[in-house]
Amino acid sequence: MSNTEMFKDRNISEDYFLLDIEDYPTTPWEKFKRVVKRSFKGELFVGLWVVLREMIKFDIHTIQYPEEKLPIGPRYRAVHEMKRLWESGTERCIGCGLCEKICISNCIRMETRYDENQRKEVGEYSINLGRCIFCGYCAEVCPELAITHGGEYENASEQREHFILYEDMLTPIDDVLNKKQREFQGFGAITPHEDERLKKTPLAY
Amino acid sequence: MDMAYLIATIVKIVVILLVFSALAGLGTYFERKVLAFMQRRLGPMYVGPYGLLQIAADGIKLFTKEDIIPANVVRPIFKIAPVITAATAFMAAAAIPFMPSFTIGGYEVKPIVSDINIGLLYIFGVMGVGLYGPLLGGMASANKWSLISAARSAAIFISYEVVTGLSILAPVMMVGSLSLIDFNNWQIENGWMVWYQPVAFILFWIAAFAETGRTPFHLVANDHEIIDGFGTEYSGMRWGLFFIGEYANMFFISFVIPLIFLGGFGEGTFIDGLIFLGKMSFFFFFFLWTRAAWPDVRPDQLMWLCWKVLMPIAVLNVVITGIVMM
Repeated sequence: MSNTEMFKDRNISEDYFLLDIEDYPTTPWEKFKRVVKRSFKGELFVGLWVVLREMIKFDIHTIQYPEEKLPIGPRYRAVHEMKRLWESGTERCIGCGLCEKICISNCIRMETRYDENQRKEVGEYSINLGRCIFCGYCAEVCPELAITHGGEYENASEQREHFILYEDMLTPIDDVLNKKQREFQGFGAITPHEDERLKKTPLAY
Repeated sequence: MDMAYLIATIVKIVVILLVFSALAGLGTYFERKVLAFMQRRLGPMYVGPYGLLQIAADGIKLFTKEDIIPANVVRPIFKIAPVITAATAFMAAAAIPFMPSFTIGGYEVKPIVSDINIGLLYIFGVMGVGLYGPLLGGMASANKWSLISAARSAAIFISYEVVTGLSILAPVMMVGSLSLIDFNNWQIENGWMVWYQPVAFILFWIAAFAETGRTPFHLVANDHEIIDGFGTEYSGMRWGLFFIGEYANMFFISFVIPLIFLGGFGEGTFIDGLIFLGKMSFFFFFFLWTRAAWPDVRPDQLMWLCWKVLMPIAVLNVVITGIVMM
């Protein structure tokens, strides 16, 4: 017991206590006494009361999914979004190929070429969402904040071909012109109100 | 035997069969809803308003599902076992008065199929035979889980029947009859039986949980230990018959407990009938309530409880009742 004393000083709350566990009964008389004690101490009725109380309170926690949805966090990593430039509405991707390189499940492919002004242009860009593990490396590595993760997680489909549609990921041009494009703050950005959710670790090492 | 009696009896039988088959289905709905509310869920919600048509959906599923009979089972026994459970559950209803008697067009209807003078003995005898369903079905299934379940059902059977019989003996001694109608009439004069025999009431209530195989003693088909026990190899309506038998048994026991101990339907007015249904509903609800709240005991614990605790108490109760009556 003495060598565990250090763990008692956890400086988070005074509510921690050790459970007082009785020894197991060995003789029949002790077993009988335990049954009587458990039967008449009211533990069974405490259980009955708890479930009845919950039924009367009727505090239902079910989310009826297709009709109701829980809000998801702003940093949730679901289907990618390809962003556009705010001013001109052209695609932000500069075709550097970093996302293709870093992708650990090899699901990003791109073809680049020079356009008539000798600038690099992305011709073909595809993410195979059927293979993507949504690790977020592509969004992390992108120097232009061009590829980010969005909140669209309902991506079931009958055909695998539907998992690589670039048009679905690209932000619609109307959204950019109406200033509705949701901006990604970049790698290292924290969730809003993160300070309030901080807790001390329970073990003071 | 006059014609009116024959027709009335047949009508009663058909009504009991239809009403309690439907109630067994409704019982599953209530069970799901009550358990769900106690666990902060919603339960069935999609089929029909508030999921009420879930019963119909389940019925269609059970009736149209393929009736699989595995290769190594003992076919005749495997086929007959569910019928035993369902049939005996309904047969036991023959001696239960469900409502006070009423008059339709000058003909007095007694809502009991047959007021035999060995009513209680008959009810518990036939309900006891119902245990042959799980026993035979489990042993014939050629499945280890089913075999364990069959062994358990035999062990439970010999344990709780002793307690049921001995606990009910003291009230029978006081009333001097085995007919539930006589029990009812005795309690009109002398007040509720539970005030005279509180110990017998508790013992009988505990034994009823073993009789119907409900949660504290739900060992015969404990999902987390032995899959579905005797029902593992069953499918379709054969499995459904086990289910109907179980729920019909719950309803019948819920009728019998207030009839013996809580005054039954008393004088037999309309209000008394409603109060009786209320008592019955409470006991049915209690079956669902305990399922949400209590853990299961082990088979050896159940046998220990029945043989070493409940049975001596029941015997003492009978002896003390005898001494007081002398």
